[in-house]
Amino acid sequence: MPSGIAACGAYIPMTRLPLALINGRPAKEGGPEKAVAYYDEDSATMAVAAAVDCLSGVERGEVDAVFFASTTYPLREKQGAVLIAKALDLRVDVETADFTGSLRAGTDALKAALRAVAAGGVDTVLVVASDCRMAAPRATMEHNLGDAAAAFLVRRDGVIATLEASSAIASEMQDVWRSDGDDFVHSWEDRFVVEEGYVPSMIDAVRQLLAKTASSIDRFERVVLYAHDARSHATVARTLGIEESRIQNTLLGRVGNCGAAFAPLLLCAALESAKAGERILVASYGDGAEAFSLAVADPVAAAPGRKGVTGHLVRRRPLRSYDSYLRSRGLDRVEWDAGTGPGISATVRMRERDADISLLGAACEACGHAHFPRPHVCYKCHGRGPWRPHRLSDKTGEVLAYTFDFFFPTPEPPAIMTIAGIGECRVHIQLADIAPDQVRLELPVRFMFRKIHDAGGKPNYFWKAVPAEA
Amino acid sequence: MKDKTAIVGVGCCQFGENWDKSREDMMVEAAYQAYEDAGIDNPQKQIEAVFCGVVYPNFSTGEVADALRLYDRPISHVQNYCATGTDAFRFGVFGVAAGVYDTVLVVGYDKPKDRGVSGPSVAFDRVRGLPATPAGWFSLCAARYFDTFGADRSHLARIAVKNHHNGTLAPNSMLKREITIDDVLNARMISWPFGLYDCAAQSDGAAAAVITRADKAKEFRDDYVLVKAVAIALGENPQTDPDFDFLRWKATEYAARQAYAMAGITKPFEEIDVAQLHDCFTMTELLSYEDLGFIEKGTAADHIEAGTFELTGALPVNTDGGLKSFGHPTGATGVRMIYENVLQLRGQAGPRQVKGAKTALSHNIGGAPQACGITILGLPL
Repeated sequence: MPSGIAACGAYIPMTRLPLALINGRPAKEGGPEKAVAYYDEDSATMAVAAAVDCLSGVERGEVDAVFFASTTYPLREKQGAVLIAKALDLRVDVETADFTGSLRAGTDALKAALRAVAAGGVDTVLVVASDCRMAAPRATMEHNLGDAAAAFLVRRDGVIATLEASSAIASEMQDVWRSDGDDFVHSWEDRFVVEEGYVPSMIDAVRQLLAKTASSIDRFERVVLYAHDARSHATVARTLGIEESRIQNTLLGRVGNCGAAFAPLLLCAALESAKAGERILVASYGDGAEAFSLAVADPVAAAPGRKGVTGHLVRRRPLRSYDSYLRSRGLDRVEWDAGTGPGISATVRMRERDADISLLGAACEACGHAHFPRPHVCYKCHGRGPWRPHRLSDKTGEVLAYTFDFFFPTPEPPAIMTIAGIGECRVHIQLADIAPDQVRLELPVRFMFRKIHDAGGKPNYFWKAVPAEA
Repeated sequence: MKDKTAIVGVGCCQFGENWDKSREDMMVEAAYQAYEDAGIDNPQKQIEAVFCGVVYPNFSTGEVADALRLYDRPISHVQNYCATGTDAFRFGVFGVAAGVYDTVLVVGYDKPKDRGVSGPSVAFDRVRGLPATPAGWFSLCAARYFDTFGADRSHLARIAVKNHHNGTLAPNSMLKREITIDDVLNARMISWPFGLYDCAAQSDGAAAAVITRADKAKEFRDDYVLVKAVAIALGENPQTDPDFDFLRWKATEYAARQAYAMAGITKPFEEIDVAQLHDCFTMTELLSYEDLGFIEKGTAADHIEAGTFELTGALPVNTDGGLKSFGHPTGATGVRMIYENVLQLRGQAGPRQVKGAKTALSHNIGGAPQACGITILGLPL
């Protein structure tokens, strides 16, 4: 049975680094910039945000599997998909798998999901691609890279676009890579990468697909091409004879090359404005290239709260100094590294995971009073349960109290602490993505999964409040 | 319980960054001062039990037994956040009032300055509730209170100025430095609205009291002080309490009700002559004026401007400079307040004496804050 994409979502970090600052020049309004995952973000938090965006209006309990694609998930032996599933409060019997090791991992995961659902093995798969690759400070590559995530819901019913055909070219070469223990992506000489890697692989993959389907490039109203950089992207497009108006905007200069999330992000953008009957060609690069085509059945349905690429693009806060960026990525050395030491007790972490990772409280079955976290004795009726899980992550709340803490380590103090009211629950929670002078009592907030610190040399996550209207 | 026990001796060591003093050094100094004050020359014979208020002990009760050479009798550690000193005193009072002991020693001691940090340390043992600093917790009422009642940082600043001034008159205080309102308003920010001078520093210190049966007090000294009330109350966690209005600390209101009932006080502003309040942060003292029922909720700013709680005012608060001038060795603070109140009631407070003081109140609050301790001392009729 044919399968397709039923929904898509995206996340682009609010923080933007004007490229001029990298070179020590003043930033100009409207100049090129890149999206950067800030100090409390990483590929996992961005993935959750994109997944939440995608799942707007979808019952969490319907997701059967999570496929997570990234080359920058922080842990080598500990799955990212299961963390994302927990943060989304999915069913305990959900299938989880990580796709990694290649810039193609995002489209690989999407194709695998489309095939799994078509074969009938699973009914509903959530695919999330997310990357925050780093280049050495001030290297040319640093100007090109950006951070973002995209997510797709793959099903057989209610689809907006179905998979038609696909092709692949495998190319074993050391063009762009990152080894275990490296913080920075490495690249051989750029002309080699472009002339022997990116351009020929992309062209071959697309031509292979066209041959397979006996079509010409004009068949596709939109063409999504992974872009190594602006110039080589233009070369591929020109060589394939793609009409300029059909080339999906690469968002270079606004977001940047976001690795395994790049082609998925651009596909999400294409779907946001696609019309029924159109065809989309996607070509993705990494260790060769792959191409696939989608037939658009229905336009993307607007779901309440879904921002997609368009909504996240306009949500921006440019950094004023390159130093803030360096500090946010831990590229500034500090005297005492919070990462040393054993970190949070694993037993404590396990007992607290419902509250910490899923932002789950509990409501008293007897009187209905909701609590966060799950209590032992009901605040209202003093009963001892039973308790019904009460999810706070997808609700809105308001700021009831706040303070600005100038000691907690952040790249740009102060850290904003609040008590947020969510129905009758009160949560002690940081406020992010807002300037201190915008904070006020009764500010409406929603919640985002964020990294709190790296104690124990591993990321430790909780949630933060962000302004609901932004 | 009212009037069943009496304080016949008090002691207090120098509070400060006592780099060269151990816990034992300080607790022995305070205890022996209290013994001398009570005329006790054979503590091994006369002290039947010891109740210690301490939040950061080294080797638990053994360190007290070995330092004071008090063996073959009960020694307990009591902990209740910043109300620790008051709570240790409470157990001493109960033990004597219940007739289990005749004479006991209460000593509060703590030495947070061995940690090697100035100001709040950053906790990384959890992900929720961070930043986790007392300054952050105690500041959470400010936005709503300022908004509702029209108070601002300048009112907090006046409290800091007052307490710094009073501290210059107390020999054992850590800080003896006059400051101005501008100093406070221009100081570096810690956790809004608290700047450096809105926060009491951590310090090392110890204070002690000897409690005996009221009907035996005259055997020790004529000018003994009666214990009218000791109350401890826990309030709902203000960070999770669904009914919290951010205009008060409930624990203070609960403990005050308890203490006034025990002491038979119905008009606290009239009946209390001097008070030591828990100025861990300036806002805490401000809220306490109201939460203790001295004044109407929301009127603190007016009273601060009028000088009601200055040394020269109608109800002097923190006559020795409070936590602001003494710093806050958590376990010792409650007992240090009792030390000051006893001196006030005996007329021994020198340049900071409140004339004719007959009834004195002490107040501690700590945790989220959730735990409040209050004592009320008075002179025999």
